[in-house]
Amino acid sequence: MLNNFSVKWDKFIVNLIDKGGYKQVLDGLGNTIEVAILGLIIGMIIGTVIAVVSVMPKYPVLPYKMQNLFDKFLDKFPKKPLLRVVTLYYVFYAIMWVLQRLPLILDKICTLYVALFRGTPVMVQLLLGYFVLFPSMGIKMTALNASIIIFGLNSGAYVSEIMRGGINSVDGGQLEAARAVGFSYSASMLKIVVPQAVKNILPTLGNEFIALIKETSIIGYAGALDLVFAFKQIGTSSYEYTVPYIVLSVIYIVLVVFITILLKIMERWLAKSDRRH
Amino acid sequence: MIDVINLHKSFGKNEVLKGISTTIEEGEKVVIIGASGSGKSTFLRCLNCMEDPTSGSIMFEGEDIANIHVDINRHREKIGMVFQQFNLFNNKNVLDNVMLAPYSLGKKKLRALKKDPSYNGPKTAKELKAACRENALKLLKRVGLEEKAEAYPSTLSGGQKQRVAIARALAMNPKVILFDEPTSALDPEMVGEVLELMKELANEGMTMVIVTHEMGFAREVGTRVLFIDDGKIAEEGTPEEFFGNPKCPALKDFLSKVL
Repeated sequence: MLNNFSVKWDKFIVNLIDKGGYKQVLDGLGNTIEVAILGLIIGMIIGTVIAVVSVMPKYPVLPYKMQNLFDKFLDKFPKKPLLRVVTLYYVFYAIMWVLQRLPLILDKICTLYVALFRGTPVMVQLLLGYFVLFPSMGIKMTALNASIIIFGLNSGAYVSEIMRGGINSVDGGQLEAARAVGFSYSASMLKIVVPQAVKNILPTLGNEFIALIKETSIIGYAGALDLVFAFKQIGTSSYEYTVPYIVLSVIYIVLVVFITILLKIMERWLAKSDRRH
Repeated sequence: MIDVINLHKSFGKNEVLKGISTTIEEGEKVVIIGASGSGKSTFLRCLNCMEDPTSGSIMFEGEDIANIHVDINRHREKIGMVFQQFNLFNNKNVLDNVMLAPYSLGKKKLRALKKDPSYNGPKTAKELKAACRENALKLLKRVGLEEKAEAYPSTLSGGQKQRVAIARALAMNPKVILFDEPTSALDPEMVGEVLELMKELANEGMTMVIVTHEMGFAREVGTRVLFIDDGKIAEEGTPEEFFGNPKCPALKDFLSKVL
């Protein structure tokens, strides 16, 4: 593999610099980072929604104001069953019934979503989405945008689990104490529980970002230009893959090490704010 | 002040409270004792609906707060609670722990209050914050922790945490405070400072409901003692007759173990 390395290296440099391969490499690097960052942002939005649904209390109870409105409204209907059918009483009752169970229903949907996206490889999702589902729904988009959406949807499933774990790791007494002084459930979560959960979540989210950076190496299969795709082209044009693939690995390592250092700094900063006096 | 009428609570098939009825009058110091698993903590937690009762009523200020159609948050502001594990807000410093609820909840009511011509409290969020801060500092001074105002809960001892928790409950200006085994998680040398503070509160006339294993404290501070056994009130009375002349065999058995 390494015989004639200097010859291979010279070939690679000619392809990279003189024949303009570096433009593709830079574009590919930009796309790799773009898919990972935007994918993580979409993933965080979806993940937050799923995590909120999954930690919400599941009793079939509406907020008391809404419930009182429904009670007053339903009370105005006649009592005779036949008249109730005519006046659509049962339709309104069914709406209330479904609303009461909305958190439960949403939770089931989210569970299914997470199972689907964690149960299939992201490459299958990309191929299925870009070549089959999006076209059949009449959605036209570039391979890059499709990759961003697929990676966002996929990472949403993982991020939701990270966030759920982070929220559950906060001692239940914190929520209880906030409720006991009179905060509503949502205010207690926002003011007390979530700020504590974020500290637990951030380092794990960083790992998710590293994983995403590496996973995006498959978007070439949908025809999007990323780092792997760019270096493969350089290899193809000279029938010489050794150096391009080694350099490609080095670039990934440098990227990941760089992000790891950033994460370490962030973690240290978070730990410091934990010890403040 | 709190009327408990035929309170039942089940966790799944496990019935913990089997019909409790009692009335807590203003100024009373009700001490609840019982073996672990008897339902005494569950009973206390039902009083502010931290546990939703399965059936029965809890009348507070003319409303049945066990009814899920009632805005429980509004009533909880007037029912303070002190926990065994302190449960101070870990992401807030001591001062913020005490002033967070009066400020955040007070801010919401400001608009409605301003319309009331007889209202002469703080009129803007800024004034309200200053007032809440001043009150919080006063309460911290009261519990002897004013120099810890900027400290975070993780740096406090158990006794200090519990005193902050009591200040936090007092900051809402509650009508009654519920204590759920407030000294059970403390190191022995810190129990005294918390009990001392509770005694002071009692002497000032605060209505208190206390679940505790401190029999000496129950005898000294309580105006009425309830013994809960198997989800029911097995015996109640003044501390003198309760400890001096226990009638129910379960209570006699319990007292012989703890005294």
